[in-house]
Amino acid sequence: MSRTRSQEDRRQALAGWLFVSPALLGLIVFLVVPIVLALYVSFTNWDGLSNPLGGDVKWVGLHNYQQLLTHDGLTRTTFAGALRNNFWFVLFVVPTQTALALWLAVLVNNKYLRGRSFFRTAFYFPSITSSIAITLVFLFLFQGGGAVNGILNWFGVKGPNWLADPRGVVHVWLSGVGVTKPPGWTQHSVMGQSLWDWFSGPSIAMMVIIVLVIWTTAGTFMLMFLAALQNVNEDLYEAGELDGAGSWQRFRHITLPSLRPTLLLVLTLGLIGTWQVFDQIYLTGNNPATRTPAYMSFDQSFQNNHFGIGSAIAFLLFALIMGLTLLQRRLIPEEID
Amino acid sequence: MKSVRVQRIIGVAGAAAVLVTAAACGSSGPSKSAGSSSGGTGGTGGATSGVTLQVLIGSSGDAETNAVVAAGNAWAAKTGNKVVVTPAKDLTQQLTQSLAGGTPPDVFYVDASKFQGLVKGNALADVGEKITDSSDMYPNLQKAFTQNGKYYCVPKDFSTLALEINTDLWTKAGLTDSDVPTTWDQLETVAKKLSGNGVTGLVMSDTLDRIGAFMRQAGGSVVSADGKTVTADSPQNLAALQYLQKLGKEGALKFPKQVDTGWGGEALGKGKAAMTIEGNWIVGAMQKDYPNVHYKVVPLPAGPSGNATLSFTNCWGVAQKSSHQAAAVDFIDYLTTVDQQMSFAKAFGVMPSRQAAKTQFTTQFPDQAAFATGADNAFGPVGFPGFDAVQKDFDSKIQGLSDGSSDPKSMLSSLQKNATDALSNN
Repeated sequence: MSRTRSQEDRRQALAGWLFVSPALLGLIVFLVVPIVLALYVSFTNWDGLSNPLGGDVKWVGLHNYQQLLTHDGLTRTTFAGALRNNFWFVLFVVPTQTALALWLAVLVNNKYLRGRSFFRTAFYFPSITSSIAITLVFLFLFQGGGAVNGILNWFGVKGPNWLADPRGVVHVWLSGVGVTKPPGWTQHSVMGQSLWDWFSGPSIAMMVIIVLVIWTTAGTFMLMFLAALQNVNEDLYEAGELDGAGSWQRFRHITLPSLRPTLLLVLTLGLIGTWQVFDQIYLTGNNPATRTPAYMSFDQSFQNNHFGIGSAIAFLLFALIMGLTLLQRRLIPEEID
Repeated sequence: MKSVRVQRIIGVAGAAAVLVTAAACGSSGPSKSAGSSSGGTGGTGGATSGVTLQVLIGSSGDAETNAVVAAGNAWAAKTGNKVVVTPAKDLTQQLTQSLAGGTPPDVFYVDASKFQGLVKGNALADVGEKITDSSDMYPNLQKAFTQNGKYYCVPKDFSTLALEINTDLWTKAGLTDSDVPTTWDQLETVAKKLSGNGVTGLVMSDTLDRIGAFMRQAGGSVVSADGKTVTADSPQNLAALQYLQKLGKEGALKFPKQVDTGWGGEALGKGKAAMTIEGNWIVGAMQKDYPNVHYKVVPLPAGPSGNATLSFTNCWGVAQKSSHQAAAVDFIDYLTTVDQQMSFAKAFGVMPSRQAAKTQFTTQFPDQAAFATGADNAFGPVGFPGFDAVQKDFDSKIQGLSDGSSDPKSMLSSLQKNATDALSNN
């Protein structure tokens, strides 16, 4: 009796595996194999001109990672610059887009707002437009003699040549308050860049992309917040009102705690997305002021034929994103204790 | 118990998949070595009729694409083959992808700066000697495509840098033909005179591909003639950068982005620049975009060490892995005849790479003679693998010359350091 049951079990298991095998095969062929292969390539000197598993490819051990992290050369300086750019990008974009998305969601969730669906569509619109198209429009708007500077001109302000301006905003601000020469202690060099350069802030060119990305992604995250807001129990607000809580207090003590899981989701997605920014950078050209690790990985691989270094950047970026996401989960627990 | 079994099955399935894929990839190994051995025996493998040649080009625009397609069709009709021309959006990337995939196009453009990398990657068949009268090509172009004593691929055409002057702005500033600059000092004088009222005397792209001409005129270079040592950090190169910095500070020199343009030709066409430094390609662009702007082309002024300019060239590469190498060589032979090169010159403004076509070119295009004279003192680009990134880093600092944020000395010392580093990695 028990023997037939175990046979039945086995048959069921086999059927199960048979059913999932197409999906499993897809995952293995399009996900597992490329990842394993990319990891392998990151330890080789593959130039992309031959078979990566062929005889011309040499195993170089940690050489590519050393070029990026420890060897004093152009590759490390470029990588450090890219990390710096992306760090400031994340620091400006993630909090701002999250706050903006939340604010917009609360606005369009208001029952007494007229034309709610119009506003919802309007705010969501940039998110569903092609990022390439929107970036091109921004490139025109922010030309030296473009529309933005034209408007600034009415107020007598001479705008910078936005996308060609590599100055960091922190540096610009510092020179505004009279600090033009880097103080001595900032000359200390980390990964081939002085501390002064690390703390330059995003370049003015990067600010344009920051504004662009905040504007385009806030809509998507607004939608997530909106869905969560509509799940908040109305009774809580009524109870709050009865207890004499003002609108800020209701937002602070009822809305925000209820949105905690969504907030975590939005912050995590934002963090991952911003560390992978590519399209907008690609379109603004190979500019050191806006270059990011994702773009550098592409550039090293396809333009310089250093696929090993390109893959190594991808894995370093993966480790960085993973680490930051774990850190964030620890800082913002999903449930309140 | 069950979970252990599940894990084991996943493990086995995964390992099997990896093995299968590895075997599939590995199987292209032997076919590749077969390809290279046939290349070694003369590359005459494959039929010469009834084949379809895949041709990948990095086109400058419709004029060039149409001209290559027309030439391809003419050859195809003559020989009973078929030619499929694909204009690449990004030649380097697309070519790399197809080479890595093991199915490269049969014939493709190879830029001089990418040539050495392709040879190193064993991607190019050695066909330079196989076309009719291949020694008629300009010697410095042949040299650009020769590696380890082998003349790999046939120069397609070439361009040199010259000085283009907007003649309307020129006369408006009270200048005459006798003022055409032939020295650095004269260039500075006229550039200053031409600047003002929204016009900049000289606008040129912020890249080593322009600045390099000034380095050569000063007697400097980035790498030694044998390509083995980096010579970027030299007083000659410093003199060139300091000269340009001076012009920038005087407002007589600006870079395209500073006047809201993409390149020198656009600045000249829009009247934002009175002079620019570009190659032959500017002729076609001006015709197409700014047909009403009057300009003339003169040789670059001489520097402290005499006349010098830069040349840019492409060759017709044949893939090592192509199974139609014989047909490909025949096609290239057709494309590099004097007649065909002249019709390319007419269509999109490049210069024939054959010396036999020089007189024909200068008589047919007298206003472009300055480009042709440049051929005598032209230097090719730095081409070792890895220099691309070094150059991009250098280029990104050039714009800072005009506002003082880049220091010529440290620009050259980091160019020296980075180029040495890249060269040692080869």
